Formats: sequence, structure tokens, C-alpha cells
Amino acid sequence: MSPPQKNAISPKSILPGIVAAIIWLVSAFSPAYASQSALEPGGPLAAAIANLFWGMVVIGGIILFIVLAMLAVALLRARNKTESKPLTFTQSRNLVFISGVVIPALILTVFVISSAAVNREIVAPMPKNALTIKVTGHQWWWEVDYLDTEGNHIAKTANEIRIPVGKPVRIALEASDVIHSFWIPQLNGKTDMVPGKSNLTWVKADRPGSYRGQCTEFCGKQHAKMAFIVDAVPEEDFEAWLQRQAQPAREPVTETENKGRQVFLRSSCAMCHAIRGTSALASVAPDLTHIGSRKTLAAGSLENMPGTLSSWILSPQSFKPGSHMPATVLVGEDLGNLVEYLLSLE
Amino acid sequence: MTDLASIHHDEETQQLERTWSSPPGFFAWFTHVNQTNIGMRFIVTGFVFFILGVILALLMRLQLAVPDNDFMDPETYNQVFSMHGITMMFLFAIPVMEGFAVYIIPLMLGTRDMTFPRLNAFGYYIYLIAGVMMYAALLLKIAPDAGWFSYPPLAGAGFSPGLGLDFYTTVITFMEISALVAAIEIIATIFKCKVPGMSLNRMPIFVWAMLVMSFMIVFALPPLVIASLMLALDRMAGMHFFTAASGDPILWQHLFWFFGHPEVYIIFIPALGMISSIIITFTQRPIFGYIPIVLSIVAIGFIGFGLWVHHMFTAGLPQLGSNFFTASSAMIAIPSGVQIFCWIATLWGSKPKLDTPLLHVLGFFLIFIIGGLSGVMVASVPFDMQAHDTYFVVAHFHYVLIGGAVFPLLGGLYYWYPKFTGRMMNERLGKIGFWVTFAGFNLTFFPMHKLGLDGMPRRVYTYLDGLGWNEANLFISISSAVLALGFLLTLANALISLKRGKTAGDNPWNADTLEWATSSPPPSYNFRHIRIVDSRYPLWSGTGGLEQNPVVTGIRSDRREILLTSILESHPEARQPLPGPSPWPFWLAIATALTFAGLMVHMAIPLLGFLLCFIAITGWIWPKQLGAAK
Repeated sequence: MSPPQKNAISPKSILPGIVAAIIWLVSAFSPAYASQSALEPGGPLAAAIANLFWGMVVIGGIILFIVLAMLAVALLRARNKTESKPLTFTQSRNLVFISGVVIPALILTVFVISSAAVNREIVAPMPKNALTIKVTGHQWWWEVDYLDTEGNHIAKTANEIRIPVGKPVRIALEASDVIHSFWIPQLNGKTDMVPGKSNLTWVKADRPGSYRGQCTEFCGKQHAKMAFIVDAVPEEDFEAWLQRQAQPAREPVTETENKGRQVFLRSSCAMCHAIRGTSALASVAPDLTHIGSRKTLAAGSLENMPGTLSSWILSPQSFKPGSHMPATVLVGEDLGNLVEYLLSLE
Repeated sequence: MTDLASIHHDEETQQLERTWSSPPGFFAWFTHVNQTNIGMRFIVTGFVFFILGVILALLMRLQLAVPDNDFMDPETYNQVFSMHGITMMFLFAIPVMEGFAVYIIPLMLGTRDMTFPRLNAFGYYIYLIAGVMMYAALLLKIAPDAGWFSYPPLAGAGFSPGLGLDFYTTVITFMEISALVAAIEIIATIFKCKVPGMSLNRMPIFVWAMLVMSFMIVFALPPLVIASLMLALDRMAGMHFFTAASGDPILWQHLFWFFGHPEVYIIFIPALGMISSIIITFTQRPIFGYIPIVLSIVAIGFIGFGLWVHHMFTAGLPQLGSNFFTASSAMIAIPSGVQIFCWIATLWGSKPKLDTPLLHVLGFFLIFIIGGLSGVMVASVPFDMQAHDTYFVVAHFHYVLIGGAVFPLLGGLYYWYPKFTGRMMNERLGKIGFWVTFAGFNLTFFPMHKLGLDGMPRRVYTYLDGLGWNEANLFISISSAVLALGFLLTLANALISLKRGKTAGDNPWNADTLEWATSSPPPSYNFRHIRIVDSRYPLWSGTGGLEQNPVVTGIRSDRREILLTSILESHPEARQPLPGPSPWPFWLAIATALTFAGLMVHMAIPLLGFLLCFIAITGWIWPKQLGAAK
């Protein structure tokens, strides 16, 4: 056995590591922003999870620091002495037993209990009279149905969900084709939508605002562009909105709107979309009865404006390649009329 | 140290050389069966696939560098991310670990070859053909595009009608033959070929780790083979195992993760063995806590099978059961902690020389502990409901897999490279490579934790502007180039050192295990003398080291023969003749591949394949008179 060779921890070999560590820490705390962050909860459920997370980060950080400090001491110990000095058997055994078994077992026990406690909070039984929204995942959009306490259908919309502030809302999750996952990071964790199964989750918003949600189970070509918006509004606004949504579409007022409706009914649009109050009642694509009141198109991926709507109708494949919506060929004024009609449907 | 190979140029050495050498020539290459040849092929091929996997990752980072990028269309991106996962899990990690096992274990055990040399070669060709088929599919743009996990119904015939998923089901099914035969062979070799004196409690920890890995493969891969076969039947014959109509899509998830979670430990456990080997050598001390370490590895092997549901916390399973899996997942931290503190106790005040292999082990400590802590976090059901399928999880498992397996693996490469090639890798370039890799890794993956919590899902081919993800994604993409540069430096180092490296000698690190008791690279027969060992650290024991120990006599040198010993005490039991070079493993692999691949084309081809398999097996087992000297 040859003696260990001259030691080689030089400042030169440590420096790049320190630089890397600094850059890396800075990068981890880049400026934060709202729209889809689990760390900026908008309701009690997401807040409970965020607290659990921060608790785990603090304890994990301490563990990381202590273990690395012990490693550093182990490596730097006796560096300047000629004799290498191992721990005695008893010291080693105590080190391994206390830091490797006893302390982790205690911390993990606390961890498992706190995790289960937060979990209970999240799945706690919802009030019987809670509002129920059924959301069905499709490739690549969300069908949204409002149900009353008896389970009767009130209204249908797509890709946008409106909820009353401060009220727990029950969400029944289904899927029509493949597995999707329903996630609004600021309101609650995600739950999968499995075809042939019905899953339940619930959300509650503490403050009014817009919360973005997105599909989080890989579901094919346009998984990336399957988002939605949840608007939390005061209860009276919500009730008024829901009532409007339950109504059939507004009748055309202007000549342009009237022409637009005719375009809709005689072109391929009506083969997939419904506008309640007209003869278009197909249900394979989003219900357009109140399309004019929505903020986005194509499942949260385009802003709902005349320009984007026309481009989307003419060429959906250039925005969402693989989308099940085919391009529609419209000539002359037809496109303008159609867009004006659709956007009038508030 | 003395150079053993130069001393014994006697007649028997020449006889051994004639008996064990592999025939030269291009065509004869397909007949080789020696464990060092096959092991090296697994390692080299594994690293080639690693490079391909890294290239796919860089393509993804290029696509995600800016929002709404149109560098790749969604179809291509989905194939690329699926193939990245398939490559890293199936074509890189398992084969490369098995390659190290196949090459090193017989040397560590002090024997001349593995128990089933031809099976070894067969496994290699199966693996090679499977990998080539997958990449051919990618080049033709018909690679699988439903992820390495391929959840039905998306992966079913209804939503993925193309050939891509057929490639997935058939190639995955038959690729696992390769992993399974290697695992069985590693188990048989470890149990029966230890040199006399190397009882189970004297076996190197590396060998223990490979033993546990192999047992895990034997239990974890059959569920995957069955599941992918069921998915193939769903797709080809409408069996409805996993459809929503009359099957259950969740069933696939159970079967897949019952394989998929142990898979993580199949990759991680060999790395634990490598770390122990490197720490023992660099501290020049016996390891503290041999028994706790071995028991911890075995415990991880068992607990690893009890965690799979933590991949399914959002699927809507009952809550009580889910919390149970939180506890079992957290439990893994204890055997991991025991090992980490045993290593720290061993390192304590040992003044190790910080050469590249040990640097990689120290890099492992930081990265793996972070990955372990984030692993405990995602074991919590409520937190996982936020983190699941986001970039947080991408960050977590790259910390665990790159930190836990690739860093030790690269450390192992630097450490065993002198044994493989007879030359040292360049130390200076190695240190630079390590620091670039280490920095690039953390800069790439640490910000992903934040990105995931900020709401960015995994497996998206693009993202919209204005969600606040732009800066982080650009930063990650640039960092990924640094990481790739780090890997490239190590690769370049390995290639340059092949010709230019310092000559290593038998035992350049003054290590303790038997693979260092023969020349570098080892002769075709591994050891001139089979020496009895009397300690866990045979090269360090006594005053004169191994040279003083008695030699096993009576093993023939005019035919391939190894000594079989008992499992626990390694008492000599029998002499076992081994088969020599043969082309049949290669032909059987071709016939097997044809049988499976033919399923995708026409039902008649598998029938032809069966016939060819029959012929190849007959050729393989055709009796020949044993012992006829060449």
C-alpha cells in the first residue's frame, strides 16, 4: 500500500466551482411573474401546497448544507498534518447511525404526516350545494358544462371557466379521447382526465382575477397549445354571466351579421360547431354560442380579435399544426361577415 | 507493481493465449464471445447512444430557446423527445451499466470468463439491432411519438395509427431480451465463478451492486415485456386491454411504472457500486460499514419495487393508498443516507488525491443530494399534484439520473479506462471536462425547478410568449450547450488518450480489487494464475499482497475452462468447459429481430423468423467433441 500522494485541493480547482455556484444561485432567483405560477396562489388549496413546499425547501436546504459541510470537513480534515487520521470505529458508527438513520427517520416522519395533513385539506369533502362544473378534455380543447345541484345542465362553453370568488367549486373531470390533465397552478394541483372514468377536484379563489390553466398530460400533437382561462368574479357578476351563457345566441342585428350567420350555416363550420338558437347543433368542436364574450381562441393560444379570428378560420394548421379543425376557404366578403357575426355573439 | 504478463511468457501462457484468443478478421468479429470483448462493445455502443441522446436533447433545447419557435414541427418534436427518453433509458443507461458489469465482474471475481459467453454475445447483437432499428425509424420520421412511457389510449391504434408505436411495442419487447439475458448471466457468474476464498461477505461492493441490479432487471423487465406485448395486441388485434371502452388505460400505467420505477434504481444501483470502488481506492482505506452498505443496496432493491404509484398520484386513485406510497418513497432516503454517511466516514481525514474519478464522485454528492431532496418533495401527494408533469420533475430526475448515475459512470470511466486500454486518460483535460460538465449541468437543470413551479408543463413543443418563461428557457438552452461541451471534452479525452495517454501499468491507482491484478488491458484469459484470496481487499492484504497466495491448479489451458465454486463460501466445486467463438449468436439475433420486426409488416414473416430461429438454435447447440485442442 503506498501512502496517499500529495494533496491536490488547490484554490485553483475550487474557484470555478464557486463561480458556478454563484451564477446558479442567481439564476434560480430570477424575477417572478404571475400568470401560471404555483408559488403565487390565488386560493386556499394552492396556498396550502405552496406553504408545504416552502417548508420542505427550508428543511431540505438545511440538510443539504449540513451534509455538504460534513463532506467538506471530511475532505479538509488533517490536510496540513502529515498523518491521515481516520474516525474511530465508534465515531464512524455513531455518525452513520445518527445522521444516516435516526435523523432522516425523524424528519421523514414529520414529512409524511405534514404531507398527509395537507392532502386531507385538499380532498376534504365539498359542500353538497357547491357549484358543479363538468370539464371534458378533448384533443386539444376543453368542453365546459355548468350543472345545477340536481345535476341538470345549465350552460355550455369552452376553454374558459368562470367561477364565483370565495366559493368552493366542484369540478368533475372527464375525457373524450385520450388522457388529459386539468391544472390551474394558482388554484390547485392537477388531476388527470381519464377516458371512461370520472375524476373529481375542486377549486376556490380568494381574490378576483384571471388564472391560466394548461393540460399537463401529454396528449398528442397539440398538447402544448391546450390551455384555458379561469376567471374568478364576484358572485353577482357570476350569476348574471351564467344566466347569459344559458341563453341561446343573440339574433343578428345588422345586415353584415345576418350574412355572417348564413355563411356559418352553409359552410363547413356548422358540421362541427354549435350555435344554440340556430340550426347548427354539432358537438365535436367548441360551442360558439357566446364566442364573442371569450378572451381567447384555439384553447387559450390566440387572443380573440377580428384579425386573429379570421386567420384562425382560414388557416388553423398554421397556428396549431395537427389541430382537428380544417382550413375553411371563404371568398370575398364572406370571411369579414362571418367574423363580425361570431364576435357579435356575446 | 510488477507486470504479470511480461513475467509469464512460458509455454502455458502461450497455450492459454491460443485457447482464449478471439480470431482476427472482420467476419470473425461476429463470432467473438469473450467477456472483455462483449463488455467493451456494450460500453462503446452505450456511449454512442448517449451521444445521440444528447444530440436529441440539444435539438429540443434549440426548439425551446425562444417562444413560438418553428425550428421543429410538433410531430418531429414529439418523436425527438420520445426518442430522447427511449435512448437514455433503454439504449444507454441499462446497456452501459451491464457493459461495465460484463467487463469488470469476471475480473473482480478472478475468473476467466462468464458462465454463458455465447448468450452474452447474443444479448449484444439484440441490443445493437434494436438500437439501429429505433434510429432508422427516427431518420425515416416514423419513430414513436407518445413518449417513452406511451400511455394508451394515445398510444393505441385509434390515436396513433402510424408505424411509430408499432416500433415502440415490438422493439421494446425484444430489446429487453438483451437486458434479461445479461442479467441472468451476471447473476450466474457472481454466484458460481468467485475465486476460492472470495465468500459472499468478501465480495467487492461493486459486485454486490451489480448483483442487486441484475435481480431487479429479472423482476422488473417481465412486466414491461408483458405490457408492451399487450399494447401490441391492442394495436394489431384489437384486444382492448388498455382502451377506455372495455379495458383500462390505468392498467398500463401500473404495469409500466411497476417496471419504470425499479428501472431508475437499476440505473442508480450500479453507480453506487462504482462510487464505493472509487472511494476505497482514493482513500486507500477499507470502506467503513461494508455490511450496512451492502444491506442498504439490497434494501433499495426491494423498496424500489414498492413506489411505482408515486408516478400516478394525479390519476385519481384512492387517497389512503397514495399516502402509503408517499411513505414508501420517502423511505428510500434512509438506505441512501446510510451509504452517504458511510462514504463520508471513510473519507474523513483521508486526504484523498482529487483526481478526476474522485472529483466525479464529489460532484455526485452535491447533485444527487439535491435530486434526493426534490425526490422526497415530489413523494408528497399534494406537492406532486403541482409538480407532476412539469419542468420541476424534469429537473428532479435529471438531478437523480445524471447526478446519481452519469457522474459516477464518468468517474468509473476515468477509473477503469487504464484497465480497459492500458493507458491513463489525460488528467488535466479530465479536470477541465469535469468542471465544465458540473457547471453546465447545474446551470441547465437547476433553473428548471423554478420553471416548473412557474407552470411550464413537460413535453410541450413550444410555449406562448408572455407567460414569463422566456428568459429561463433561453438561459437553459445556452447552458445545455455548456453541458454538452463538458461531455464532449470527456469523449475527446477518451479518444485522444487511446493513443497518447500515459502507459498505465497493471494497477495505476493502487486499488484493492482483483481486476488490477492482471495486465492492462487484460489478456484474453484474464488471469494467468487463479489465486486464492483471503480478504475483502485482496491486493492490499498481507505484506506481499496477492503474489504470496496459493494458486488453483488443475484448470486446463488447452480448452476454455473455468472453475465453479459454491455460492456462499466459494469452495471449489467443478471445472466447467466453456464454448468458444461461434457465429450462431449473431444469426439467432438476426432471426429473432426478423421475427419481431416482421410482425409490423406481414404475419408470414414471423413464421419465417421462427424457422430461422430454429435453425440458428440448432446450430448453436450442435454437439461437438469437447476438449479437442486446436
